[in-house]
Amino acid sequence: MNLLHSLQLTAAEELISVAGLVLLLVAAWSGDRASRAISIATVGVLVAAAAIALPALCGSLAGADVSAFGGQYKADAFSAFAKLLIYVGAAVTLIVAPAFFDRFRAMRAEFPILVLFAALGMGIMVSAGDLLTLYIGLELNSLAAYVLAAFLRTDDRSAEAGLKYFVLGSLASGILLYGISLTYGFSGTTSFDAIRVAYAHGMSIGATFGMVLILVGLGFKISAAPFHMWTPDVYEGAPTPVTTFFATAPKVAALGLLMRISLEAFGAQPDAWRQVIVAASLLSIVVGALGAIGQSNIKRLMAYSSINNVGFMLIGLAAGTKAGASAMLVYLAIYVAMSVAGFVAILMLRDADGNQVETIADLGGLSRTRPGLAAALAMVMFSLAGIPPLFGFWGKFVVFQAAVQANLLALASIGIAASVIGAFYYLKVVKVLYFDEPTDKVQGNSDLAHSILLVVFSVVLSPLGYLLTGWLNTLASSAASALFHVV
Amino acid sequence: MIQAFAFYLFATLMLFSGAVTIFSRNPVHSVLWLILAFFNAAGLMVLVGAEFIAMLLVIVYVGAVAVLFLFVVMMLDIDFAELRAGFVRNFPLGLLLAVVLFVELFVGLVVDNAGGLAIGKTSGAAAQGALSNTEAIGALLYTRYLFLFEAAGVILLVAMIGAIVLTHRQRSGVRGQNVAKQNARRPDEATVNMQPEIGKGVSL
Repeated sequence: MNLLHSLQLTAAEELISVAGLVLLLVAAWSGDRASRAISIATVGVLVAAAAIALPALCGSLAGADVSAFGGQYKADAFSAFAKLLIYVGAAVTLIVAPAFFDRFRAMRAEFPILVLFAALGMGIMVSAGDLLTLYIGLELNSLAAYVLAAFLRTDDRSAEAGLKYFVLGSLASGILLYGISLTYGFSGTTSFDAIRVAYAHGMSIGATFGMVLILVGLGFKISAAPFHMWTPDVYEGAPTPVTTFFATAPKVAALGLLMRISLEAFGAQPDAWRQVIVAASLLSIVVGALGAIGQSNIKRLMAYSSINNVGFMLIGLAAGTKAGASAMLVYLAIYVAMSVAGFVAILMLRDADGNQVETIADLGGLSRTRPGLAAALAMVMFSLAGIPPLFGFWGKFVVFQAAVQANLLALASIGIAASVIGAFYYLKVVKVLYFDEPTDKVQGNSDLAHSILLVVFSVVLSPLGYLLTGWLNTLASSAASALFHVV
Repeated sequence: MIQAFAFYLFATLMLFSGAVTIFSRNPVHSVLWLILAFFNAAGLMVLVGAEFIAMLLVIVYVGAVAVLFLFVVMMLDIDFAELRAGFVRNFPLGLLLAVVLFVELFVGLVVDNAGGLAIGKTSGAAAQGALSNTEAIGALLYTRYLFLFEAAGVILLVAMIGAIVLTHRQRSGVRGQNVAKQNARRPDEATVNMQPEIGKGVSL
């Protein structure tokens, strides 16, 4: 193990940590006045970190050359792909946050720094090649996320969201740690590659227990049913920019981690985890679709929608093939675009006093008062439902294709049937937007940054997005093949 | 000979201070005795050659945990008389638990003598003979586990930022200490010589 080479491979993380420390000092001396400048600097740091990560993706690097610290950290194409999505999610959060918090006079200089450290933790998660790295990355991300959820501490709902997330998140961490300790006990190692070797000839019952507990802990983090209970409450209570963050970056990170641990550490025994993933996938699809029907708050609706989407993504993982992993990554990228567009549109829904409009019924007839915004929101909803001309369809298509290729016909057909149920509540929102009497609740102008973000991500979701498919498929398959690079 | 003497000295003192920790009526005294118990445990660890654990005991348990206990005990308004009143009522349960713990300890010892339980394979190199524990741990922490060690440090930093963000607030009407102003103050500005007339006050 060459220390210099290792330090070189972890450059993105080093940049983010050092920048975080410097910006923290800036925050300490200049106070909350500097929060806008720090936000801009943080976005710059994320862009720089993405630029550092990019070569690994373009060169589709994998294997021993890119594993640092004796395999604890892997700077391969997969981690680079996931990191790009994570940094996009974090950067969008930072761009939309100041306008939201300024109205409560709650914008603080620590906000961008916490987001930056959360992004650091998520980068470590998706690069993990060792159970220790996994846990440290996960905790770094989670601790920052608990604080971000409670950031509007004068707001009861935000404080409640933070507390709920903290208590349930700690429970999940405990379960995960228990699984890690069992896995360590039965395999005698914490390294993913070595666990794969240790389990190459079957797993004992205790080893299976350890694996299931790890999957349960991660299932909580990706809010897959039946570990999804916290999601609607936290998404509703957390400040909307933070919800944007939760719906994108941590989800990418936890799903990436789940892919890594299933396909790398337990990759020799896919049948051991497949049934767990299939069960979680089906439950998430059904719970997400049925739970969303009765929701009147659009943030809660998006929470159920995210549970539903995680279910579809897990279908790709359940396939357990390279095509499945690649399909999952494509879906993940499209899902990030849909979530960002959706939440930016939700952030632009403000009444005359500048307060957020979150009740779906209040959006009645938005198409007549704010046609552009209504069209964008409708497009997000159609895309989430997977209606063909939009880009959301492509994600579902590749995932189902991978499942069918892996002989998971039953899973794919139940998924398709449930996506029809899901379409019902997405279309209900569109109906309210276009066919209900105008309520004129949504007023006021949106600032430029929101509009630009919304336009950019709407173009990605529109049929124009299909121009990206070739490019996206190449990147996703090079990232997925990094996971199947057996040492 | 001197080893045996040191062992019995540390062991006796530790048992004694442990017992006093329990029986002491004043909770602050209890914590102080607990610290003495920790110190003696550290001494025992040094005797068996585990100097790193000894240092951890002193730094972590004495330096942080026990002092924290002391703060908590001194700052919380707990009515210890009331707590102690339940002693007799809970005595049978406590005794039962103590017996269970003792039996388990005994069974564990017997099983250990019959040969340990092998649940997994161990991997990794055995401790290098030439290095002391502290050197070996340090060599691993700062090379092989450097990345994780530093990342764990960042976790602590985030926890600290989080605690401050969630609890610190600017309160109005509080007279905070202004160190710069205090330091800039000169004796001749601070005192004023006055000669008030009889029956009249001074206006400051």
